[in-house]
Amino acid sequence: MSSKIWVIARKDIRMYYFKGPVVIFGILTPLFLFLAFYIGRNLPAAFLIPGLMAMTLFFTSTSVSPVIMPSETQMKTLERLISCPITVRTLIAGDILASFIFGACISAVPVAVGAALGVSVKSPVILIIAVLFSAFCFSSLGLLFSAPPTSLVSNIMMLSTFVKFPVIFISGIFIPMEQMPGWGVAVASLSPLTYFTDLARFSIQGYAYYPIYVDFIALFVYSALFLLLALKLHERALPKRF
Amino acid sequence: MEAIEVKDMSKSFNGIKAVDCVSFSVHRGEIFGFLGPNGAGKTTTVRMLTGVIKPDAGEARVMGCDIVKDTQKAKEVLGVVPETANAYPDLTAWQNMMLIASLYGIPRREGEIRTASLLREFGIYERRLSKVKGFSKGMKQRLIFCMALVSNPEVLFLDEPTSGLDVQSARMIRQMIKELKEERKTVFLTSHNMQEVGELCTRVGIINKGKMVTIDSPENLRTKIGGSLAIEVRFDKAVDKSMLDFNPERVGDSYRIYTTEPHEVICSIVELAMLNGLKIKNLNVHSPSLEDVFVKLTGGSNEQ
Ligand SMILES: Nc1ncnc2c1ncn2[C@@H]1O[C@H](COP(=O)(O)OP(=O)(O)O)[C@@H](O)[C@H]1O
Ligand SMILES: [Mg+2]
Repeated sequence: MSSKIWVIARKDIRMYYFKGPVVIFGILTPLFLFLAFYIGRNLPAAFLIPGLMAMTLFFTSTSVSPVIMPSETQMKTLERLISCPITVRTLIAGDILASFIFGACISAVPVAVGAALGVSVKSPVILIIAVLFSAFCFSSLGLLFSAPPTSLVSNIMMLSTFVKFPVIFISGIFIPMEQMPGWGVAVASLSPLTYFTDLARFSIQGYAYYPIYVDFIALFVYSALFLLLALKLHERALPKRF
Repeated sequence: MEAIEVKDMSKSFNGIKAVDCVSFSVHRGEIFGFLGPNGAGKTTTVRMLTGVIKPDAGEARVMGCDIVKDTQKAKEVLGVVPETANAYPDLTAWQNMMLIASLYGIPRREGEIRTASLLREFGIYERRLSKVKGFSKGMKQRLIFCMALVSNPEVLFLDEPTSGLDVQSARMIRQMIKELKEERKTVFLTSHNMQEVGELCTRVGIINKGKMVTIDSPENLRTKIGGSLAIEVRFDKAVDKSMLDFNPERVGDSYRIYTTEPHEVICSIVELAMLNGLKIKNLNVHSPSLEDVFVKLTGGSNEQ
């Protein structure tokens, strides 16, 4: 079972990491967004870097997983794949793993940028655990986007963009939670990104809005929710893909 | 134990019955032909038997494994060449083969040995390190065939494996099917090519509008339509179908009539021609081919 998950993930890495939508949404978009929002504003690097990390991790982790299912539907590779002795669960788990690896690795880039700007990480262990938790959470969310049984990658990208941008804007990336009004905090707490940003700030600045266990529990709950929902919807959608 | 056992299996899409209470069994070591016009439910049947979609009702077993309750086990003993299936275009032939081998849990070394020998057998070994997107249609289909065989399956499902292929690839695949028969493997072959089915299969099932029409050997099927003969006639001008008695079948620009009384039919054709000033361009009398049986039993054409 677990070795088959890895087989699927390796196939995904070879097939999808270098596809156009993955590179654009996974690498270029967070970079441009970051530049657009931070250039010219006089904010300390220790505040910027957690935001950059959050954005990178969110975009990269949600860039691979939505592309896979519609592509396989379109290329007509899915029927051959699912005729092998594997379950839809194995397939989904493999896709999430491929997405997870991409997200977790690329989030090292903003850390390196931070290090170059003289930002030090106070709690590296917390940061690493937070990155792993969140990469998984966002990858599962990405897979949720691809549940509609279409063969058009562009439709799925549209749907995911439609969801992704609000999730970013309501989160605590751009405005510190402490400065938000009560309703702002309430809205921000709906976004899973808020909890990762909070953890990243804790790791780098040394303090955070929520206690870290609250952040981890929230990420865990969101992960479980996205994963179960993705499994259920994909199991239902699969027969409609042939 | 039968290789494939199907009992009252049904599947509907949006309220339309694609497969309607179909029952049959396929013996071990047999090549079973599955014929039917477009949309008859062949592919849906294959998909249910290979565990890709679930039947709405009924049961089926492949080598004794229930395809609903024991899907994974059933999948392990079967191989499949789906009707519309592609290998991964951005992976090489070798990577595609190894992907499938590892999904069947075949150890790496063993997978490499089988991959090499299959690719050699199908004449694509030299291209094993090229990406599949550069392959011709025939080469892609041969690769899909290799992928179906890499797990050394007991039962092989082939859904129109030679349709639209170049002559060489089609012959190679037919040759391979014959070899499988010698190895006592079971083959479930869906096809439009009557000649192919007649040449390869020990028994044939005909499905139409989701219902099984008949199952028999090709020889028995040929005699089944009343030991009759097929008479084919072509005139120099178009003729209104109602002018011919005997309920003729339109085949291209000819008419085909099944009869046990060739004398009467030919006389009346000649009479019709004389009376209407028509010229008979062609008149053929032959014992029915499998295609005739098919047309007769499904009441439709066999156009692809
Ligand atoms: N996924 C699907 N959704 C809706 N209808 C389908 C689907 N698959 C097959 N059908 C319908 O079921 C019938 C049988 O199709 P199919 O099994 O592909 O026939 P065949 O392979 O004999 O040509 C057709 O009427 C087809 O339109
Ligand atoms: Mg078909």
